[in-house]
Amino acid sequence: MSAAAKNRIPVTKTPKVYIGGAFVRSESARTFKVSDRSGAFFANMPQCTRKDLRNAVEAAAKAGPGWARRTPYNRAQILYRLAEMLEARSGELVASLVGFGAREADAERGMATGVDRLIHYAGWADKYAALLGSVNPVAAPHFNFTVPEPMGVVGVIAPDSPPLLGLLSMIAPVVASGNTVVALASETVPYPAILLGEMLATSDLPGGVVNLLTGYRRELVPTFATHAHIRAIFASAGADERKALRLGAAASVKRVRFAEQSGAGWFADSAQGLDLVRDFVELKTTWHPIGS
Amino acid sequence: MPTRKRNNPAGSRLIFGDLWEYDPAPETADPKLKGRYDLFIDGRFVRPRSGKYFPSINPANERKLSDIALAGPADVDLAYRAAARAFPKWSAMAGRERGKYLFRIARLLQDRAREFAVAETLDGGKPIKESRDFDVPMAAAHFFYHAGWADKLEYVAPGRRVSPLGVVGQVIPWNFPLLMLAWKLAPALAMGNCVVLKPAETTSITALKLAEILQDAELPPGVVNFVTGAGETGALVMGHPGAAKVAFTGSTEVGKAIMRQLAGTDKKMTMELGCKAANIIFDDAPIDQAVEGIVNAIFFNQGHVCCAGSRLLVQESVADRVVAKLKNRIRVLRVGDPLDKNTDLGAINSRAQLATIKRLVASGVREVMYQPPCALPERGFYFPPTLFTGVTQSHRIAREEIFGPVLSILTFRTVDEAIEKANNTAYGLSAGVWTDKGSRILRMSTELRAGVVWANTFNRFDPSSPFGGYKESGFGREGGRQGLIDYVNLA
Repeated sequence: MSAAAKNRIPVTKTPKVYIGGAFVRSESARTFKVSDRSGAFFANMPQCTRKDLRNAVEAAAKAGPGWARRTPYNRAQILYRLAEMLEARSGELVASLVGFGAREADAERGMATGVDRLIHYAGWADKYAALLGSVNPVAAPHFNFTVPEPMGVVGVIAPDSPPLLGLLSMIAPVVASGNTVVALASETVPYPAILLGEMLATSDLPGGVVNLLTGYRRELVPTFATHAHIRAIFASAGADERKALRLGAAASVKRVRFAEQSGAGWFADSAQGLDLVRDFVELKTTWHPIGS
Repeated sequence: MPTRKRNNPAGSRLIFGDLWEYDPAPETADPKLKGRYDLFIDGRFVRPRSGKYFPSINPANERKLSDIALAGPADVDLAYRAAARAFPKWSAMAGRERGKYLFRIARLLQDRAREFAVAETLDGGKPIKESRDFDVPMAAAHFFYHAGWADKLEYVAPGRRVSPLGVVGQVIPWNFPLLMLAWKLAPALAMGNCVVLKPAETTSITALKLAEILQDAELPPGVVNFVTGAGETGALVMGHPGAAKVAFTGSTEVGKAIMRQLAGTDKKMTMELGCKAANIIFDDAPIDQAVEGIVNAIFFNQGHVCCAGSRLLVQESVADRVVAKLKNRIRVLRVGDPLDKNTDLGAINSRAQLATIKRLVASGVREVMYQPPCALPERGFYFPPTLFTGVTQSHRIAREEIFGPVLSILTFRTVDEAIEKANNTAYGLSAGVWTDKGSRILRMSTELRAGVVWANTFNRFDPSSPFGGYKESGFGREGGRQGLIDYVNLA
């Protein structure tokens, strides 16, 4: 390193959340401090509010119809493109995970699993409909068929550990079928989600399809539960949060699913698959007349 | 029976049904009712611990049909324990053998179809032509269809091993008592679960008659248990810690209450709730056929149908024609004795439901209401077929489920407006589309946020066709391969 570089003051980044395809601070102008593994100050993170969440839901709702209308092949390619972006910047992501306390081997394995998982769901995007749908042999002169359709806006509440792999594992099956997402990143290790937002922005994913919030769970979980335009919740949550989410969900008959994995469970193949896609689609059955 | 005058009060227009009196044509098969029905627990009829019974009346004439046992906490607990005892053997039984019991049930129900149809009509008030031609045969079809799944569990979810859940608690409504029971029981049993089910308090009889069939079929004791009673019993069935999963069909209001009741548990749930379905008539639709479809959509079973086409959306250019034809058509609907084979609209299921219908109709704008001249029987609960024209989306009768023979008529100009209006509801169970264009059917079907879309038909059902809602109409499906997923664990 040259003497000039040694003496240079690094340019630090202002973390901003990715909402509606733009990088923004919280509307409240509130932040919370994040320290690295050594305890040194790292950055001020946006402390998103209920209003930020509502704004994100609005962005997700706007993006929904367009994303749902993309061809499955196109959605598959965009998810694959996202994996390409992550793979190319995996060094930066691993460094951030390690910087916040992950063991290097775990961070690397988590990164690799996350990228592979995106590809897994990229592959599902144009296949799940054939497996979840059907043509039904009704006893009537009708061509009767069932197809899966996206639910709409889905709220994702990510685990603290592993912060990035957990978030990716929950977002991917939801958007693969044409839903849009408002996600709350890990409260304890939020920075990787900021990086993820930057990769989402360069992955051809239309703005608003995935919206990432950082902040305090206790402030945001109640609004996730009750916001009527969020049609489903996918949450990594403790017992009290589960009850609160279910109670809130009852008001608008919201679908609620909890991620049952913890820790190492997120790395396993069982943390991915068609079941998770199925949990965030509605099945529509059409009776089409035959002949006349 | 409504009496019909030969003279058409409307004047010059020739109305076919006004030309002569119909003779009464009552169905006379013996429903073989018992004076008192006990609970069905562990394969036997048992008295309720409390010793309490409540009357089940015939809504057509308000006469008592039978006394029904009132199940309390101890009875529900007994039922769950019986089901839990039966579960290990039942779930371990070879699927081909388990299926044979369901095939037997289907056949035994077909054998006694007319008897069950009369019982259903007496207890619930629906026209005999519907219970005879729809409810009972369709219930048998559901048992037959699901029987064939019992030995094919490995085909239910690709790439997954499936296993039964355990004991499931089920609560069903009063609009299709036997059919809803079949929808609930058949998939649960086929997948190897045991059941505690509560019928609606106004319509328990056919469930308890089916218990006789379960005995004749030699279904192992405890596999199916029926506990009767009202909402409190239902809450006990839903809330019992022995239930691995609960399934509910009924109003959105009660569904939400159950979701809150169970919020602190990890029980699996499926909910089939209310709707305010749009039935959309385009200007290229075969109008006469569409008018029949509108009638079937809203007046089938007195409109006591969760997926009833209660919001008619007519394209403006044909609205006058459609409404004129519709008014003519409903003038000849026969309202009256449900046991009469010519009756189109039978009795409203209960005094309480009649009051609900009257209250919501009173909230409508009187000036645009149309009811045909029709004399209603003096005793019993009846409501004439009712249309509201010129309804807008903010009207209460266009937003709230009435669950009666009341149709709100709205108009639209463009396809996009039809979609927008149809989807402008918290519900999403069903929708109807009437057009001559196949491509338009598929466009509409893609855009409508509803679990079932009927094109040039309405209120069609089939055991192989998944049924269930979007949004506040509930979650989970009943029927088809998709309906089985809700009754298994995936591993």
